[in-house]
Amino acid sequence: MDWGQILNNTASFILSAETIGFMLAAIGLAIHFGYAGLLNFGMAGFMAIGAYGYAISILSFGLPWWAAMGVSVLGAVVFAVVLGIPTLRLRADYLAIVTIAAAEIVRLLFQTQLFDRWTNSADGLGGYHESFRAANPLPAGTYGWGPWYYTDQGWWARVFGLVLVAVAVLVVWLLMRSPWGRVLKGIREDEDAVRSLGKNVFLYKMQALIIGGVMGALGGVVIALPSAVIPQYYLPSLTFFVWTALLLGGAATIFGPVLGAVLYWVLMAFLAGVLPAMANAGYLPMTATQAGNLRFVVVGVALMLLVAFRPQGILGSKKEMTFVK
Amino acid sequence: MSSNEHPAAPSPREPQEDGHRDDAEVTDHTGDFGDDRSSGDTLDVAPTHEVHTSHDLATGPPAPGVGKKDPILVADHISRSFGGIKAVDVEHLEIPRNAITALIGPNGAGKTTLFNLLSGFDQPDSGEWSFNGRSLAGIPAWKAARRGQVRTFQLTKVLQRLTVLESMKLGATGQTGERMLASIFPFLWRAQEKDIEARALELLQKFKLYDKRADYSAALSGGQRKLLEMARALMTDPEFVLLDEPMAGVNPALVQSLLDHVIDLKSEGMTVLFVEHDMHMVRHIADWVVVMAEGRIVAEGPPDVVMSDPAVVDAYLGSHLDQDIGVITGRYDEEGNRIS
Ligand SMILES: Nc1ncnc2c1ncn2[C@@H]1O[C@H](COP(=O)(O)OP(=O)(O)OP(=O)(O)O)[C@@H](O)[C@H]1O
Ligand SMILES: [Mg+2]
Repeated sequence: MDWGQILNNTASFILSAETIGFMLAAIGLAIHFGYAGLLNFGMAGFMAIGAYGYAISILSFGLPWWAAMGVSVLGAVVFAVVLGIPTLRLRADYLAIVTIAAAEIVRLLFQTQLFDRWTNSADGLGGYHESFRAANPLPAGTYGWGPWYYTDQGWWARVFGLVLVAVAVLVVWLLMRSPWGRVLKGIREDEDAVRSLGKNVFLYKMQALIIGGVMGALGGVVIALPSAVIPQYYLPSLTFFVWTALLLGGAATIFGPVLGAVLYWVLMAFLAGVLPAMANAGYLPMTATQAGNLRFVVVGVALMLLVAFRPQGILGSKKEMTFVK
Repeated sequence: MSSNEHPAAPSPREPQEDGHRDDAEVTDHTGDFGDDRSSGDTLDVAPTHEVHTSHDLATGPPAPGVGKKDPILVADHISRSFGGIKAVDVEHLEIPRNAITALIGPNGAGKTTLFNLLSGFDQPDSGEWSFNGRSLAGIPAWKAARRGQVRTFQLTKVLQRLTVLESMKLGATGQTGERMLASIFPFLWRAQEKDIEARALELLQKFKLYDKRADYSAALSGGQRKLLEMARALMTDPEFVLLDEPMAGVNPALVQSLLDHVIDLKSEGMTVLFVEHDMHMVRHIADWVVVMAEGRIVAEGPPDVVMSDPAVVDAYLGSHLDQDIGVITGRYDEEGNRIS
C-alpha cells in the first residue's frame, strides 16, 4: 500500500471545496437542529437550490457571479418560507417528513425534462465559471505547500468559501449569545413554555429556518464553484452526510459543524484510499470497487456509535447532554 | 431578601413528615394534624400579613356566574369536549380585578382545560371571552401573554438545557435583543440585558433559587421547577397571572413565603387566578373562590361562604375537611392519641 499517497490525498480533502461547502451546510443545520430543534432532513434541497440558482442565473440570464449568489440566497429564503408556513406550526416530526419530501421534489424538478432549457435535466450544468474566475484577486500560477497545491483559481474558490464559513461562524456566534438565540434555544427545549411568555414562536422558527437554509444554499454554491451541478448529487443521502458531519462535531456548538465537516471528509477520503488498497493487497475478500463503497458502511456504523455513545458530538458539552430526555 | 425574613407563622406546629402533595388524595389532604380548623390562624402555611382586602367583589349575592364590580376577565358560554365528555361547559364567569381568585374542584373537573382555553393553548368548541374588555377568543397564546395575561402549567415546562438565569431572562418582555437583526449588535441591547438580569436575580432570590442560577433547569427538583416556572412568568410583568397548582410539591416553609409573595403581587396591582387543592391555602389567600365540577361552575363566593356550601362539601371537600386524617382513618382519637 502506498501510504504516502493515501495520506496525501486524505490531507488534501481538508481544503476541498466540498469540505468547505459541507462546513456551511452543517452550520446551517446547526442553527436548525442544534439551536432551534428543527428536524430539517431536506438540506440537500437547499444546497440544490443554491447550486442551481447560481448556475442558471449565470448561464440562462447572464448575471454576474455575485448577483447569481444573491439569487441562490433568495431561492433559499423562498424555499424556507414555503416549507415553513405549513409545517412550523406542527410537531417537529412533521417538519422532518415534509423536508425530506420537499428536497426530493426540488431535485426531481431540476432533473425532469420539463425544464431542460434551463436545467439541462439529468446531465446537469457546467461552464458557468467565467464570471467568478474573472473576479479572482489572487496572483496567477500554481502554488501552495504539502498536499495543498492548487492553481490560483483553485485557491480563489477555496478562499472565498472559507471567508463565507468565517462570516457564518461569526453570525452564528453573535446570534446565539444574544437574547434572540436564547429564545431559539428556549423553543428547542419547550415551545409552549416560550409561547406562554409572549414570544411569537412561529416567527422565530421561520427566521431560524431561513438563516440555516441560506447557509445551506451557500454551501451548495461553494461546492459548485469549481465544478459542475449534477442533479444526482442532491440525493437524500447528501442530507444525511451533512447530518453526520454535524453530529460528529457537535450539533449545538459554534465550531462543531466546521470540525465535523473536516473530519467527515478526511475519514471518507482515508477510507476511499485505504479500503481499495487493502482489497488489492488481498486483506479484504472483495474487489477494489466494492471495498471503496464499503466506506459508506463504515461511516454509517461510525454515526450510529457516535449517536449512541457521544450524542453531544466531539465539541459538545457532556453536561448539557446528560439532560436529554 | 424581605420575604424570607418574615417571622414564622403564628403558633407553628410540628412540620409535616411529608411536605409533598399528592393530587390523587384531594379530600384527605388537609395538611393538618389534629387542630381545630375553624380558626384559621394555626396553619403552617399561613401568610404572615393581612390578606383579604375586600369581600365585596361581586355585584350580587354569591352564585355561579355572578357579576363582578370590576372584572378583568369575562367569559361566556365556553365549552370544550373531548370525545363524548364535556370537559368544560362554563355559562358565565367573571374574574375580579386586583384580587386573588381560587379555582377549585375535583380531579378532572376541567380546571386545567379552562386555563388552556383562556390562555389560548387550546381552542374551545364555542365561547367568547375578553380580557380587559378586549376579546381574546381565537387569539394565539403568545399574543394573549403579550397583553398581560400569563399562565403557568400544572405539569411544569422547564427549559431543560437553559440555565435557571437564562430561563428567567427569557421571560422579560420587549427585549430589543430578541429581534433578529438587532441581536447581532450587542451594544443595542446590553444595557437592557443588565436591567433584566438584575430583576431576574432579585426574583430568584425571592424564590430561593439564587444559588441555582447557573445550573441547567433540568438539574432542578420537582418543587424547584414549580418555583422557577412561577418566577419566570412573573418576569413578564403580567397584569393577570393564571397559576395551575403553583404550590404543588413546594415545602411548607417556602409555601409560606410564596403566599406572601402572591399577596404582594396583589398589592402591586396584579390579579391572580390559581388552581389549588390545598384548602388551607385557598382559605388564607383567596378573596374569591370558584368551584368547578364536571366542567361547570357549581359555586362561587368568598372562601368562608363557599366552603360551607353543602353542595361544595359533597362534590369536592368531603365532610371531614376539618378533621384530623388520623381520626378519619380511626388510627387516632379526637385528642390526637394513637389508638391502633
Ligand atoms: N387532551 C385531552 N384529551 C382528552 N381528554 C382530556 C384532555 N385533556 C383533558 N381531558 C379530560 O377533560 C377532563 C378535565 O381535565 P382537566 O385536566 O381540565 O382537569 P383538572 O380539573 O385540571 O384536574 P386536576 O385537578 O386533576 O388537575 C378530564 O376528564 C380529562 O380526562
Ligand atoms: Mg389540572
